[in-house]
Amino acid sequence: MSGQPRKRRLEVEDAGDVTVVNFVDKKILEEQSIQTIGDQLFELVDGEGRKKLVLNFSNVEYLSSAALGKIIALNNRVKKAGGKLALCKIKPDIKDVFVITKLDKIIKIVDDEQTAIQSVS
Amino acid sequence: MSEKAPHSESVGKDVVKLPSNPDHARELQDRIEALLSSTNATDRDRFCVRLALEEALVNAIKHGNQLDPAKSVTVQFHVFKDHAEFHITDEGPGFDPDDLPDPTDIENLERPCGRGVMLIRHYMHDVEYFAPGNAVLMRRFFQKAT
Repeated sequence: MSGQPRKRRLEVEDAGDVTVVNFVDKKILEEQSIQTIGDQLFELVDGEGRKKLVLNFSNVEYLSSAALGKIIALNNRVKKAGGKLALCKIKPDIKDVFVITKLDKIIKIVDDEQTAIQSVS
Repeated sequence: MSEKAPHSESVGKDVVKLPSNPDHARELQDRIEALLSSTNATDRDRFCVRLALEEALVNAIKHGNQLDPAKSVTVQFHVFKDHAEFHITDEGPGFDPDDLPDPTDIENLERPCGRGVMLIRHYMHDVEYFAPGNAVLMRRFFQKAT
């Protein structure tokens, strides 16, 4: 970590004991923003001890394989901590990325936020 | 560059030399996006081109040139009314695209990397790597499935 000021890339809300995360960026493509998003997601689990996470993708229009890597790494961390992760509100083009890479087999993906919250509760 | 593609009206073409820094790929992406707005490309086509181009550029800059500022990536692009093609060459040693671990194998699913080439092959209709593997030609036809 460089210690430089970093733009906040995530909007974090609490729904009971579930943490709901919205992405600020429409395009999760740039190296630096993917790195920051990864760091901020990992901090929720490793630093703040949050174990029930929902990622809401309603704002996201583009996602690269580097961003997928961060979500896989997050899923691994959440599992290791004994928690649960679910993804929701993913646009069809983005969902297709998860399906063709078969990541939908290891990461829970549902349509709406309420179902996602219930699935990790 | 387009000998295998059917004849179609040209919308724009150029040869661009990018420094080995992913941030410089952004400007090129914006140029391509602007050109695509003058073609028959659908929203789906635009998504596919942007994603495949992103993966190919990141591969060239990070894995090919290893982010070496002394090296550059050459992108030759030609956008037509009904398709777009990109020839991307880096200055790295190349790789064998047929010798990559399958990222969809169950033992590889939890690995956080290794999906770029697979996504390029999914989102483009023609993908060809040239020996020693440091150059790729990729092409997408608009309003065609996938």
